[in-house]
Amino acid sequence: MPQNRSDTDPPRKSPYTADRGMAGAFEGETVTRRRFMTGGALAAGGIASAAFALPAVGFALAPLFKDPTPDRWQDVGPESDFEPTTYVPKVINTDPGAGEAGKATIYVRKFDPESDKPSPSDNGKDPIPFVVVSTRCAHLGCPVRYYEAPQRFVCPCHGGIYDFEGKVAGGPPVRPLDRFNARVTNGRVEVGERFSVNSELRRFSPRDPSNHLDGFWQFLYPARPST
Amino acid sequence: MSKLTPPLPKFLRPAPPRPGEKEREAGNGEGGDTEPGRADKLREGAGESGAQVIGWLDERTGTSPFLRGFLFRKVPKGTNWFYALGSATMFAFVSQAVTGVFLAMYYNPDATRAYESASHITNEVFAGELVRGMHKWGSTVMIVLLFLHMGRTFVFGAYKYPRELNWVIGVVLLVLTLAMGLTGYLLPFDQRSYWATIVAVNLNASAPLLGPFIADFLRGGAEFNSATITRFYALHMLLIPGLIGALIGAHLYLVAKLGTTAPPWLKAEKKELTNEEI
Repeated sequence: MPQNRSDTDPPRKSPYTADRGMAGAFEGETVTRRRFMTGGALAAGGIASAAFALPAVGFALAPLFKDPTPDRWQDVGPESDFEPTTYVPKVINTDPGAGEAGKATIYVRKFDPESDKPSPSDNGKDPIPFVVVSTRCAHLGCPVRYYEAPQRFVCPCHGGIYDFEGKVAGGPPVRPLDRFNARVTNGRVEVGERFSVNSELRRFSPRDPSNHLDGFWQFLYPARPST
Repeated sequence: MSKLTPPLPKFLRPAPPRPGEKEREAGNGEGGDTEPGRADKLREGAGESGAQVIGWLDERTGTSPFLRGFLFRKVPKGTNWFYALGSATMFAFVSQAVTGVFLAMYYNPDATRAYESASHITNEVFAGELVRGMHKWGSTVMIVLLFLHMGRTFVFGAYKYPRELNWVIGVVLLVLTLAMGLTGYLLPFDQRSYWATIVAVNLNASAPLLGPFIADFLRGGAEFNSATITRFYALHMLLIPGLIGALIGAHLYLVAKLGTTAPPWLKAEKKELTNEEI
């Protein structure tokens, strides 16, 4: 704009307050006291608001950065309770503070080295000795139930069906059922943290139901920042 | 007036007549009265005291010019009962707010106690079933009224210039009201509300990129936990109602400022122009 000034425009005001005839102006002063006070009041208000708003927002958003898989192992019974051919339902506690709402059902069976192939992400290491399948449907999180005769997991909400390994056999789910880590201590089976798997049973950090994990889709559903 | 009654305090006694002012006829008051017509004057003053209090407030707040502009503004010809749907929605909101405040006196937003306290309200507290029922069914009524109001605005073309901003505010109010429905649905904490909320939160998680973070924010963690219900409770009774209240204020301000539209079936009256006007 200043380049296009024509001679007909009124002459520009001097930036110096002294030149504009302001009472009590200092030499070389360019910011009027009114402007300075306005800016100072706005800055002080902004700092004061940020001082309470930022911690409060961080307080509300903190769970986004919390480690979702606390290092906690839960005993689900002696090794002899489980066999490779069928699932046994067990109850674990995902949040002890939530009472009944913090409990979750899981299905446990022994890993079968003949029919179960190790996950591609295990890199030839020993696979987890027990297959622990979450009942949280990978569609929208309803509880699935295992049916013995057809060897299928079925979700009551929208008709998701999973096969014996927990892979999708029909319906809307986008990936296999989540699993849990497992180990054997002194002859007792212990269940650890949750992990998600894609259609090749490759392991991923725990994701929400409805999040795809295959092909290009996995980049649209990022892992939690802490994992 | 009996002689036994104590004398009136000084400030209640009528002022003596000014010099030259016609004195009231004695006998209007009762027999033994020393000051003629005092009872009458008192009676008159008592009748006006309410108006005086209102006048005192009005002089200091300027309420009546505001209310005259707000309540007695001109409305177009053809204004009908459809125009009351907005007020009806606001009335539903007020009834939700009032019943909600009272429900909060008995409700306990703890994952282990929520269901118990909700059934305590229904089964044991006096009129608890009624108040909880009003809040539950009122939520449905509010959403139905909101959509009817929105439909009226759309069909009557009342969203057009210069009222677009009011339509936008209305849409935000719709989203906030639906969010009230979502957050309130968890609070009874029975099987239905628990699983419905899990599905609703996972629906949010299905959005690409941001979805998982929104779901974690709603749950207060990676899994449904004891912080989820307190989070929903705080959103349901503090954050969202506050926003709704503020936006209703802005919505009403714009309605009063811009006025309402005439119904679309009403044509503007055409006036024959005189030669001079042409």
